Amino acid sequence: MSASAVIPAHAPAILPSRGGIAGALSDTFWRRPKVLLFLMLLPPLLWLGIVYLGSLFALLLQSFFSIDEFSGLINRQFTLKTYGDLFQAANLDIIIRTVVMAASVTLASAVVAFPIAYYAARFARGKWKALFYLGIMLPLWSSYLVKIYAWKLILAKEGILTWFLDKLHLGWLLDAWLSLPYVGGNSLSVSFTGTFIVFVYVWLPYMILPIQAALERVPGNLVEASSDLGASPGQTFRNVLFPLALPGIVAGSIFTFSLTLGDYIIPQIIGTSRLFIGQAVYAQQGTAGNIPLAAAFTVVPVVIMGFYLWGAKRMGAFDAL
Amino acid sequence: MTSAVSFENVSRHFGAVRAVDAVDLDIRPGEFFAMLGPSGSGKTTCLRLIAGFEQPTGGSISIFGERAEGVPPYRRNVNTVFQDYALFPHLNVLDNVAYGLMVKGVSRAERGRQAEEALKLVQLPGYGARKPGQLSGGQRQRVALARALVNKPRVLLLDEPLGALDLKLRENMQEELKLLQRALGITFVFVTHDQGEALSMADRVAVFNDGRIMQVGAPQDIYERPQSRFVADFVGSSNVLPPEFVARHGGARRWASLRPEKIRLGEANGAGVSGTVRARSFLGATNRVTVEAEGVRLHAVVPAGLPLPDDGAETRLSWSPADLHLMEEA
Repeated sequence: MSASAVIPAHAPAILPSRGGIAGALSDTFWRRPKVLLFLMLLPPLLWLGIVYLGSLFALLLQSFFSIDEFSGLINRQFTLKTYGDLFQAANLDIIIRTVVMAASVTLASAVVAFPIAYYAARFARGKWKALFYLGIMLPLWSSYLVKIYAWKLILAKEGILTWFLDKLHLGWLLDAWLSLPYVGGNSLSVSFTGTFIVFVYVWLPYMILPIQAALERVPGNLVEASSDLGASPGQTFRNVLFPLALPGIVAGSIFTFSLTLGDYIIPQIIGTSRLFIGQAVYAQQGTAGNIPLAAAFTVVPVVIMGFYLWGAKRMGAFDAL
Repeated sequence: MTSAVSFENVSRHFGAVRAVDAVDLDIRPGEFFAMLGPSGSGKTTCLRLIAGFEQPTGGSISIFGERAEGVPPYRRNVNTVFQDYALFPHLNVLDNVAYGLMVKGVSRAERGRQAEEALKLVQLPGYGARKPGQLSGGQRQRVALARALVNKPRVLLLDEPLGALDLKLRENMQEELKLLQRALGITFVFVTHDQGEALSMADRVAVFNDGRIMQVGAPQDIYERPQSRFVADFVGSSNVLPPEFVARHGGARRWASLRPEKIRLGEANGAGVSGTVRARSFLGATNRVTVEAEGVRLHAVVPAGLPLPDDGAETRLSWSPADLHLMEEA
């Protein structure tokens, strides 16, 4: 069979051109992929650069101004006086309270999230996996405020939790807890314990999802290999699963830690009258009209997160990425 | 003598799927035992049953005379070399090799020394500080081997350990594994789908199909005296001849196996048939010729350099009657 016999008389062109502007544009982009990338990135970069980072720098700038205590006017001269104010006992108290809360919320979230993420990554298949995602995401679909007010009712003295514990004859346990200094209060809804519970509830999905993603990437045969080499399940967790899930835990903790550091609504609605950083910022820029101090307060979480990430990197949390 | 591993009527069913179905098996201490079969034949499940990753749904498994059902993998003095090595990516080579000793509480200095020794055994001395990601496939394979051997297991399980290596490396490793097994005297159980590998390395081979063992025996036995059509076809791609054909050409009315290299082309003497050449392929040292004769496709392997008939040509195939192996399968 000769080659010419195979090709029909009116064969399609070997390199057919696609006419029109769209065709020419497609060809240009194909030849110069960087042009396409640049065009696609331009709008978000403008947004990020000007609106987002720009306002952050404006804020940073404000924190180096100070307020005239008599006139209440902003003195636009660079000074570190406002940062000095942060170290006044009342303000330092707010910072420490917020950091301790953020750290406990992060720790509790990690402990609660790990088994859930572990189940989802290693065992859940098909409809159970779908159910897992639904269960994690569903709370995110409803309004944040609605959830917090719902919790206020749950945690109130007349709320379902107190009622339930009473039915279990465990009311004395709750009373004993509430009578403790600092974590206690008249009821859960006006105690730091209540604030803590609601923080953990609200941020938990942000911890579960990154851990699940990290565990998903751990090949199942590493767990088998560890077991094969004589490691008990506990040893396998410590030596294989935990180190490999660490980037996910760190990623999740960045969310829970920084979100708790900045939140001002939850402690406003559930908790004591003692302030957290977010509330201090709100009060300083609103009623007190002290924009520089509000700005300085805002810088605190940014600096803390900077140190946190630096520490996490030093610990090798990002090595397995 | 107690068997190294003994299966009695062992089954492992996954729902309706019978991955391993009523298998009896005895692996002798110190032997190099190969489990050979196509994918899905149950050979890997058998290996996982010995390692303890799977539990049998029926029957009993003993390792050196001790009943192993319900014993978790971490309490078995059996180690595995995994198909894709399963090295811990966050640990360096030395810590990978020393892992088994570390979880047993051996001191850091002692386990470092033993791990270094194991690395020397697999010819990777001084590689301890590297991460698995910095090694080639062949090197990772050796690390996986060292990581298993450092625990001095009574039985070493190898799950297609050479599958991911290229041909040259694979041939080297086959030889090395064989020498290593001889030197250490550990029972090796080797899973493979490569019949050449099984025949060249093992003291005995079990051929698996559909969750059952079709035949167990020495490589020569399996190759020259297959008991069933499946074994004849799977091991060495023998010509499986139907009973009618065999009956016409001087045998009983039974299925028979005729090895391709036992067929001579173009000679009139001896038992034989005439047929038409359908295809020829060059295999390097040999040529394989496919001939259709009396409705049966036969493969003949002839040394390269001998003249070959053209495609479509008539030729005569002959063999000595002794080479026509009658199988038990009716």
